[in-house]
Amino acid sequence: MKRGFAPWADPSQQPLVRFDAVTKRFGDVTAVDRLSLDIYEREFFALLGPSGCGKTTLLRLLAGFEAADAGAILLEGRNIDGVPPYRRPVNMMFQSYALFPHMTVAANVAFGLKQDRLPKGEINARVAEMLALVKLERFAHRKPHQLSGGQRQRVALARSLAKHPKVLLLDEPLAALDKKLREETQFELMDLQARLGTTFVIVTHDQEEAMTMAHRIAVMDHGHVKQVSPPADLYEQPNSRWVAEFIGDINIIETVVVSQTGDHAVLETAAGRRFSVGGVADAGAQAFMAVRPEKIRIALTPPLGGGLNHVAGRVVDIGYLGDMSIYKVRLDDGSVMRASLANARRGSERDIVPDQPVWLSWPPEAALLLTK
Amino acid sequence: MRRLSVFNLTTLAFGLAFLYLPIAILVIYSFNDSRLVTVWGGWSTRWYAVLLHDRDLLAATLNSLAIALASATLATILGTMAALALTRFGRFRGRMLLSAMVYAPLVMPEVITGLSLLLLFVAADVDRGFSTITASHTTLTMCFVTIVVQSRLVDFDRSLEEAAMDLGCPPLRTFFSVTLPLIAPAVAAGFLLAFSLSLDDLVIASFTTGPGATTLPIRIYSEVRLGVKPEINAVCTVLVAVVATAIVMASLLSKRGAAAPGLPGR
Repeated sequence: MKRGFAPWADPSQQPLVRFDAVTKRFGDVTAVDRLSLDIYEREFFALLGPSGCGKTTLLRLLAGFEAADAGAILLEGRNIDGVPPYRRPVNMMFQSYALFPHMTVAANVAFGLKQDRLPKGEINARVAEMLALVKLERFAHRKPHQLSGGQRQRVALARSLAKHPKVLLLDEPLAALDKKLREETQFELMDLQARLGTTFVIVTHDQEEAMTMAHRIAVMDHGHVKQVSPPADLYEQPNSRWVAEFIGDINIIETVVVSQTGDHAVLETAAGRRFSVGGVADAGAQAFMAVRPEKIRIALTPPLGGGLNHVAGRVVDIGYLGDMSIYKVRLDDGSVMRASLANARRGSERDIVPDQPVWLSWPPEAALLLTK
Repeated sequence: MRRLSVFNLTTLAFGLAFLYLPIAILVIYSFNDSRLVTVWGGWSTRWYAVLLHDRDLLAATLNSLAIALASATLATILGTMAALALTRFGRFRGRMLLSAMVYAPLVMPEVITGLSLLLLFVAADVDRGFSTITASHTTLTMCFVTIVVQSRLVDFDRSLEEAAMDLGCPPLRTFFSVTLPLIAPAVAAGFLLAFSLSLDDLVIASFTTGPGATTLPIRIYSEVRLGVKPEINAVCTVLVAVVATAIVMASLLSKRGAAAPGLPGR
């Protein structure tokens, strides 16, 4: 479903939403700092970052609840600066859901349609359609406090979709749900987005959520966008040490580039250990070698094949997670690397015990060369 | 549960007696058949019948009710607006000053409020009467409305208003279709409080009253100076009943408001 959809790679495509060097300050704090970003039609776009990185501010700027101090926000090519929230063709689903407690579920969903003064028959038809979409037909006459958390979340979704917005903004839509319901709802949201073709912009601090649902993810920190990529690229090709460490788990080793041969570089640590890594960098430059724990092979014997990067160490700690185990290995120079191993057969985690000498190895292509 | 010891029961009884015995005696004597207020002559409701034919007293009652209604309405509108300003605009210049000024009538001796209002009306050359009492009572009761409404607005989930605007509802309509229905219990409680305060007031009313605008407390007070008539007991009992009902309703409304579902958020 996600495959083959890549309007951002097509220069002839016009973005639906464009942030052009947008800055937003709150007092001394710059929440969004000269940020530029394009979001395309039918895209499921995620804004991911630690709390306070400016992702929610960006969403509120687009909804019209905040005004940018500098820069422009364009919707379908038109500057929407100064357009109040009640005249913007975007709708938002709030983190707290913000359901009107004094109205029934049906009245909540109808609220936006009534503002447009649609005929009564049309409003009723659209409300019925929306409630069917989120499978809440039977709850139309309940008040929000008579619903479960998951049902309230669906009412909020139905209400924000009822006006057929050009962009649906979702502020941490799943944060209040428990884990199981959250996973189910992720797939429901994806399914809904694909069926309706509405552009979704979701704010989340949960990277798994962003990776599962979004076509592209913008990783944000301190009001800047660090990287915008599809989930797999973000994980496998992070453009900086910060992004690599933010997304998933990764081992980072500080090195200096010794030489470059073809598309491989030879890196050397301060302790004199050398690694071969796929990538291009200037000789003599500072560089980080980054390798994810699941790409490291952990073994009780030295690797046989030549050309593999390998280090020796002792197991200091084992984290058993059920489906896999994480091994913390202290190398000779005192640094610690993490390797993970799927527990593919029962009892396999018992082969490696704490304080055991082990060898870690990984092919040059498995590691990343990061220069910043 | 705490045990009710003899000591606790005694103190409770004394406390209640101290507060309510005078009122109880007043209520009982309003049903006294005797013409003399201090002599018990058996049960009767004759003074309530007399009351219905006492034109002066009825006129004063109507005046009081009209003033209470008008001033409570004004105080509710102004007080709610002040509460909105104090909770919504965050820190603005003069916020402390405004908040202190709103609450000042709460602690100001009524004699001073009354006197200063009288001076103002005289200086402004306003004919004293119905309108001046109404204005004065609005001044007196507005802060009570502000306090009640403000406590409700403090834990109001602002995202409800944002959601309304996001769905295409302009700010003013948002206030009337989302904010007001949700703070309505507090607004109604504030109204009832203002209503009963205005009905009660003697001091400020006597400073700012004019010909033809005698309120019930002024009437009662002036009649009592000529000796207590039995029908005064009856009219006072009616007043106590009205005020007590208003106060009980106000506290029920604010309690119901606090327990209202979905406010705030989770």
